[in-house]
Amino acid sequence: MRSTAGLISMLGVCAALMLPTPAARAYTAFVTNEKDNTVSVIDTDKLKVIKTFKVGNRPRGIILSKDGKWLIICASDDNIIQVYDAKTFKFIKSLPSGPDPELLILHPSGNPLYVANEDDNLVTVVDLKQGKILTDIPVGVEPEGMGMSPDGKVLVNTSETTNMAHFISTETNKTFDNVLVDARPRVAIFNKAGTQLWVSSEIGGTVTVINPEDRKVIGKVRFEIPGINKEAIQPVGVRITADDKKAFVALGPANRVAIVDTETLKVEKYLLVGQRVWQLGFTPDYKLLFTTNGTSNDVSVIDVERQKVIKSIRTGRYPWGIAVAPF
Amino acid sequence: MAVTKIANPTDVALSFAVTRWGLALAILLAALCFTGSTRGFAQGAAGAGAELDAPKKDVLAIPIVLAREKRDKPLPLSLLDLPPTDDGIAGAQLGIKDNNTTGQFVNQEFILDVVEDSDPDKLIKEIKAKVDAGAHFVLTDVAPTTLLKLADAVGEKEVLLINYGSADDGLREENCRQHVMHTAPTRAMLADALAQYLVWKKWRRWFLVLGPNEDDKLFADALRRAAKRFGAKIVEERTFNYEIGNRRADGGFEQVQQQIPTFTQEAPDYDVLVVADEGNLFGDYLPYRTWDARPVAGTAGLVATSWHPAIEMWGGTQFQNRFKRLANRNMRPLDYNAWMATRIIGEAATRKNSGSFSDLTPFIKSPEFALSAFKGVRLSLRDWNGQLRQPVPILSPKLLVSVSPQPGFLHQFTELDTLGVDKPETKCKAYTQ
Repeated sequence: MRSTAGLISMLGVCAALMLPTPAARAYTAFVTNEKDNTVSVIDTDKLKVIKTFKVGNRPRGIILSKDGKWLIICASDDNIIQVYDAKTFKFIKSLPSGPDPELLILHPSGNPLYVANEDDNLVTVVDLKQGKILTDIPVGVEPEGMGMSPDGKVLVNTSETTNMAHFISTETNKTFDNVLVDARPRVAIFNKAGTQLWVSSEIGGTVTVINPEDRKVIGKVRFEIPGINKEAIQPVGVRITADDKKAFVALGPANRVAIVDTETLKVEKYLLVGQRVWQLGFTPDYKLLFTTNGTSNDVSVIDVERQKVIKSIRTGRYPWGIAVAPF
Repeated sequence: MAVTKIANPTDVALSFAVTRWGLALAILLAALCFTGSTRGFAQGAAGAGAELDAPKKDVLAIPIVLAREKRDKPLPLSLLDLPPTDDGIAGAQLGIKDNNTTGQFVNQEFILDVVEDSDPDKLIKEIKAKVDAGAHFVLTDVAPTTLLKLADAVGEKEVLLINYGSADDGLREENCRQHVMHTAPTRAMLADALAQYLVWKKWRRWFLVLGPNEDDKLFADALRRAAKRFGAKIVEERTFNYEIGNRRADGGFEQVQQQIPTFTQEAPDYDVLVVADEGNLFGDYLPYRTWDARPVAGTAGLVATSWHPAIEMWGGTQFQNRFKRLANRNMRPLDYNAWMATRIIGEAATRKNSGSFSDLTPFIKSPEFALSAFKGVRLSLRDWNGQLRQPVPILSPKLLVSVSPQPGFLHQFTELDTLGVDKPETKCKAYTQ
């Protein structure tokens, strides 16, 4: 009986292996697990964790180098940034940062790296190749979100207690404008055309859309979900589709991702995902969107075109950041 | 009497603005320079970047007065609980520092002016002089009676008092005032927060032990009210009468080890011992010494409090670190309450591009006002009595256990209003928006 079952299951595996691969390309998603000090590696075709590897303490922000070879991770409790090989997951080197690095972003040219150091009101500019700090830029209290204009000329940093989006020239490394937004701004992101900057306010419960040209507020996205307490609607992660038409906004303990029309700034749909959803990441073809759900220890996978959640994948404890590699 | 002024070292010169003249000048400048939106402000800072090299004449000085009544209180039992001399003040200093980091982008400078006295009348006189000289915002850590006298003494002026030091429910109820707000959670809020957790835990039978002091009786009242509200039952109640001796003597544990088991003997069956000892003068003797093996909650053991040095959630780590760098010690609840009071003024000043009383106060009282204070949700002021609504952490001595309101305690408008006296029950008539 036992051997028959084994045989059948083996046949099943063989059958699965022989199936033609689906049309969607397979990429690799990397999820930092804040509590476990690990990174979960997800095959975006199989939608499975294929590997988990140890990194520094309290990993949060994660990005890939421009050539896709390096994984760059904020090890917040070690006060450093770690670089790992994105294919072998081997540790390569540490980069210096200020205390408690949280989120980071690369210049579109691939260098330098800009890091928000939550503990000392500074954005640190790090040369990726030389591994040294180029300069520090003073910003408001508790710098967090980092957005880069598509032309690489403007860096935007948000400060959580000052409640501002600080506009920084990447040429001079100085702030040249500051726009007040609602309480506790978490994430800043430009659209592809560079005509809109989206800033989420976690405690304010809104997303402010700013015109980067004149730094005027274009409008605010507000959220309302029947049966969900207003205080639980806490926007954090924002990602905008390749055609700039829709924005996906993670709403924290409301356990939902909102789909917003970028022209009308109205919410079109709410998708139920895991608990305390914070960060979001598209696959490079923009067909899938991954969400990190901190308190339910999983990521939800959203089919972008069908606007449906298609799967939850168990990760380590308190998944935080996500980056998806083009391989 | 001691007067201390705190400002950014680079801008000490600005403290001239605490005089009526300076303030009038500053307001005039503000009116002239910053009539536009935030953008007007922001552009003022543009180019100058974050380096504080903007011309000083553009900076609007906003004085905040902190009034502290020095009171003779017996020292708490534990060496760990001895109050630092700057208890509360250091929190306000951090608030000023945070306000000024933001202020550098919008050309505002907050200046803390600390006034302390053990004589309430002298303290009130001193504060009144500051208010007469043009200060509009006063943070208070004074006895309830002193706060009422102070509120009445400055009642005719354009002044907002923010009570960060007293948990007295009466100040928010029958003794509420139109121009007094409160960041300190009330006894009722703390008792409700604890009760919700105990009821969630299904520890519904309470053995209440209270101290002989007036404050202990008030907290015991709050606990009785909470038990009734949330379905717990006080099965036994005893008053712990004691002579306040010296808090330590060599040895000393031997007698306590004998005394507490006897004191708690022959109680009807109970789930948890709830203690009301606000001065921490005997409550810490109870855990591990009760006749029956039962947990202790209230003012010792498991406590409900607005802040604790172990809180790390919602960005709290950075906040704790900032405080430790500034004060070289852990942040205590009084520091946190004072920080919130300072941040309320800073937040309103940033949003309104103004330091004027008539711009800031209606905004602070409005439903649009939101304070982010490391509690995971936006905090706002109750429009019926000026109390800041806030989640209340529940902690064991070293770690966060939970945060109330607890799941399942529902409310028509906001679950935060399940803590403390709610709108339909309020006795406050004087407070208006």
